[in-house]
Amino acid sequence: MRLPVAKVFLSLLFGLIVVGSVMGGSRMLAQTAAPAAGASQADRIAALEKQNADNAALIAAAQTAGDNGWMLVSAALVLMMSGPGLALFYGGLVRKKNILGTMMQTFAMMAVITVLWALVTYSLAFGEGNAFIGGLHNMFLNGVGLAPDPKYAATIPLQTFMVYQLMFAIITPALITGAFAERMKFSAMLVFMVLWALFVYSPMAHMVWGKGGLLNAALGGRFPTLDFAGGTVVHVTSGVSALVTALYLGKRLGYPKVPMPPHSVVLSFIGACLLWVGWFGFNAGSALSSGTLATSAFVATHFGAAAAAIGWSVAEWIRQGKPSALGAISGAVAGLVAITPAAGFVTPMSALWIGLIAGVFCYFMVVKVKAAFGYDDSLDAFGVHGAGGTMGAILTGIFANSVINPIFGAGKATGLLEGNAHQLLNQIVGVAIAWSLSIVGTLIILFIVDKLIGLRVSEDDEREGLDLSQHGEEGYDWAH
Amino acid sequence: MQKIEAVIQPSKLDAVKDALVEIGVEGMTITEARGHGRQKGHTEFYRGREYSVDLLPKVKLEVVVTDAMLDKAVLAITTAARTGTIGDGKIFISKIDEAIRIRNDERGETAL
Repeated sequence: MRLPVAKVFLSLLFGLIVVGSVMGGSRMLAQTAAPAAGASQADRIAALEKQNADNAALIAAAQTAGDNGWMLVSAALVLMMSGPGLALFYGGLVRKKNILGTMMQTFAMMAVITVLWALVTYSLAFGEGNAFIGGLHNMFLNGVGLAPDPKYAATIPLQTFMVYQLMFAIITPALITGAFAERMKFSAMLVFMVLWALFVYSPMAHMVWGKGGLLNAALGGRFPTLDFAGGTVVHVTSGVSALVTALYLGKRLGYPKVPMPPHSVVLSFIGACLLWVGWFGFNAGSALSSGTLATSAFVATHFGAAAAAIGWSVAEWIRQGKPSALGAISGAVAGLVAITPAAGFVTPMSALWIGLIAGVFCYFMVVKVKAAFGYDDSLDAFGVHGAGGTMGAILTGIFANSVINPIFGAGKATGLLEGNAHQLLNQIVGVAIAWSLSIVGTLIILFIVDKLIGLRVSEDDEREGLDLSQHGEEGYDWAH
Repeated sequence: MQKIEAVIQPSKLDAVKDALVEIGVEGMTITEARGHGRQKGHTEFYRGREYSVDLLPKVKLEVVVTDAMLDKAVLAITTAARTGTIGDGKIFISKIDEAIRIRNDERGETAL
């Protein structure tokens, strides 16, 4: 395995250097080409035609430079959402004996899912395949070069697209870790996540975004589901799988009698704010270009988050008498989740509505529904991502507007409010498939890993904390 | 020699420290502590879950003084730490048998 990977990496690096020097050379040529004085008319016409062609190539290169610049920044922003964003957000919410264990679960995704993506999961998600999953011909990033793939993004290198999508594949399983926080074996978590990336994330990403995918709205899927940046692919799959793992693993020792308050809302606060900023890469980057659509998605994202922070805080203020910092940041994250499928399809005013509804709805899910059913979704991965993602995907079918994104053709109605009632049905189909795949896939994987190595740490290890029992270190060493 | 252990409000630490230094106390040990007496705790909410916190943050100050200094030191602490409300803390006094300065093995009151 190692040799071909090393070869591919080396040849890609070499390719980058070659392309870079060729492009630099053509720019020099274009600047010096000018019709010589005293030449015949035919020669001058030929020279002008050549200059015209050179200019067209330069314009294309300039657009690629602009789009690619934004997309590389977006990819980096989305990685920032995992570490430090999500790692801090989740890390602050656990007890202090588990902070490193919790942060390591997210960080491990940054390493493991990356390698897996290069080996096989990129191919399964975005390679040519059937309606449900991609094929294996892009394994080891075979054929994933610096030329664009017009079906995905015509103006950026396919490798930029590949590495951008990788960042989504990293944060999605990392979101699940919030459900089984403070009690899962690190080894079992790694095996679970590898299988989950292969058999839940890859097919879902292929169905919604891949060539020939069943739900792909941009490339003519059977049930075109509008999912701009991953409401179903990222948030429904991770949130529903989170609920399944929380139910399968059972409650933490002592829950709900032993108090388990967050050990540092300060860390969570920093993490949530990093998530908010990183989400601009997540949503506006999903335009896969730096044009007007990116602006529209950027604005909707910001408005959704702000309205949801207010929605959650007001609900909490009314019910508990005080608006907490944890409530405000949880609301913002819920709004970002809900606006994820809708950004790039909805107006700023619709984004405010989606955010406001999401803030109140997720507050209700986390505070009332979880308590009523008694499951231990420790950090509310389902209450925020599963519930917010499902609600956002459905609201997208209501609020999507062809003025913002004429995905079905100019002037053709997109969402319910515009007159396309059928889209709501498509959204529900997309959500139902995401739910079903997540429940069935996650249950089977949990069963296998449980039989192979066992999912939970021993009771002694759980009492001692994941930091010491799983990693042999402590997050806070007060003696030094 | 007597040891004074005073559990006080964290916000009163500076005032107490200054008061003790002023009457000539030369050393003290401070610990961040949590505890409660008759004072009841408070309630915190995290995502709708209610947590009652009955151990509140306090500062524990330990100082060993000569018998002659005891009353002056206690008066300094009570005066500086008092707000008159519940939760001001407590003072415990106990006899100390021996004090040893590690640097040069000095013993007794000269080691203080």
